[in-house]
Amino acid sequence: MDWLTEHKLPVGDAAEAVFDWLQEHGGWFFDGMAVAMEALIEAILWLLQTPHEMLVVLLFTAATAALHRSWQVPLMVFLGFLFILNQGYWEETTESLTLVLSACVVCMGVGVPVGIFAAHNPGLYRFLRPVLDLMQTLPTFVYLIPAIVFFGIGMVPGLIATVIFVVPAPIRLTHLGISSTPKALLEAADAFGATPGQKLWKVELPSALPQIMAGLNQTIMLSLSMVVIAALVGADGLGVPVVRALNRVDTGLGFEAGLIIVVVAIMLDRALRWKQ
Amino acid sequence: MSAVAFENVSIIFGDRPASALPLADAGKDRGEIQSETGQVLGAHDCTLSVEEGEIVVLMGLSGSGKSTLLRAVNGLNKVARGRVLVNDDGDMVDVASCTAARLRRIRQRRVAMVFQQFGLLPWRTVAENVGFGLELAGQGGKERTETVKRQLALVGLADWGDRKVGELSGGMQQRVGLARAFATEAPVLLMDEPFSALDPLIRTRLQDELLDLQSELKRTILFVSHDLDEAFKIGNRIAIMEGGRIVQTGTPREIFSNPASDYVADFVANMNPLGVLTARDVMEPGTGNGAGEIAAETPIRDLMPRLKEGPLTVTEAGAALGRVTSDSVIARLCANS
Repeated sequence: MDWLTEHKLPVGDAAEAVFDWLQEHGGWFFDGMAVAMEALIEAILWLLQTPHEMLVVLLFTAATAALHRSWQVPLMVFLGFLFILNQGYWEETTESLTLVLSACVVCMGVGVPVGIFAAHNPGLYRFLRPVLDLMQTLPTFVYLIPAIVFFGIGMVPGLIATVIFVVPAPIRLTHLGISSTPKALLEAADAFGATPGQKLWKVELPSALPQIMAGLNQTIMLSLSMVVIAALVGADGLGVPVVRALNRVDTGLGFEAGLIIVVVAIMLDRALRWKQ
Repeated sequence: MSAVAFENVSIIFGDRPASALPLADAGKDRGEIQSETGQVLGAHDCTLSVEEGEIVVLMGLSGSGKSTLLRAVNGLNKVARGRVLVNDDGDMVDVASCTAARLRRIRQRRVAMVFQQFGLLPWRTVAENVGFGLELAGQGGKERTETVKRQLALVGLADWGDRKVGELSGGMQQRVGLARAFATEAPVLLMDEPFSALDPLIRTRLQDELLDLQSELKRTILFVSHDLDEAFKIGNRIAIMEGGRIVQTGTPREIFSNPASDYVADFVANMNPLGVLTARDVMEPGTGNGAGEIAAETPIRDLMPRLKEGPLTVTEAGAALGRVTSDSVIARLCANS
């Protein structure tokens, strides 16, 4: 037993060495990524905060109405926004929505192509699957630390942590959708002389669309669940008052901000569950 | 010139097809080859040529290799040895060894296919499915819309173009499959048990429709079926397969009157002879009583009602060949069972 404890495997040291090496040699890469993400966040934030808040609310309600072709869900979304305005959390909500939307752009932009590629290369997916498991099970606080080291504090490390946690979902679902395309349909496409590109765009992607949309839904909901954790590394949004309430042991403030997060989650979930 | 020609085609499923070929050459059957090499024999040493405008039916029990052989024509199955030649504008191209671009060209313009389970894209409308082949070949816009409209009218679905395929019955879905295959104007049609998934009435109707369309369109059709009645009805010639090998090729009459093996004879015994036999097959020596004459090629279905007139004289080009009586018909029918 002593022998076992005396020869501790240097897991922590190894991780630190890897991150030190990455910081030293990959600094330009992470800086570039930070600039790109910063720009994305700024753009979305500008879109949400520049117009009058009622205009934004009406646009969201109209978009929901267009997706649902019924009045119940859009009405619910509209009332939800009124509640947020009433509680005075509009700015925090737009910041959190920015985090969610940026995470969506990045996760879908990375997840869908990776999922397609993995579906076409089963060998790669065998290697990828444990990595995805790791990304989803490693406690999020753990990779907040290197995120701060690489990206400082603010929205960007919050977004990075969110993306690491969330991106396995669209990868898995896209992989599932593409690889469960009925063989008969692929064969029909082959028999009529489809190129690999035509097969992807005209058969595999339409066939996988329900799963890819489920991936989008998951991405949005999981991103929202990261709002509070992102606040720990300095990301603005609805997580900030929650963290502040925790520090001050302010029950009222905590529930107020927490309820707003729940309302946003319900609104997004219902709005995204339209009939295909 | 033939439209499609198989030359000593062997198809083997597995990772080392070459290891199975010597055993197949030695005449071993599928089970022996599989236990010795782990490879599955799909088809072996099949030679068959299909002339332009002809309907050839590949026929056999399930697992006899008929679909396997059919799917080699458009490269869906890989050929382990031999050649599959397809006429590409007067140029016989070996599908098994040509470039990917050439194969794609042949699939887009020369060989179209109809599937047993239809293979339609469920998220598309009927018209979009019919236009699928044209779309892949890069034909766009107005021209495609026109072609699709024409094909839909041809298969009797003119009013259904905007429906989703899921709203259609099985028989109608297969009409969409037919229209999709006709639309590319490919001279060769591959039909892989296209009517097997349909109920008997619809099946018979679609067989009749196919024959009507064929008399107009004159395509070359390679048709797979496990139903000898269907094969006899549709085929100009029939190739019967067993265990991956072609055991007999011939016209329906040749096969009916002269089965090459017990396997073929079994098939023949189980089919409806009324669809095949003609006056020539049921006649006996002698002459009629002058009550009537009948041409040698008259199907017995048409002949039997006239038997009540008395013995009929069978004639060919004006010369009497023999006579048909009720007894001679019954004697011939009994001979098959």
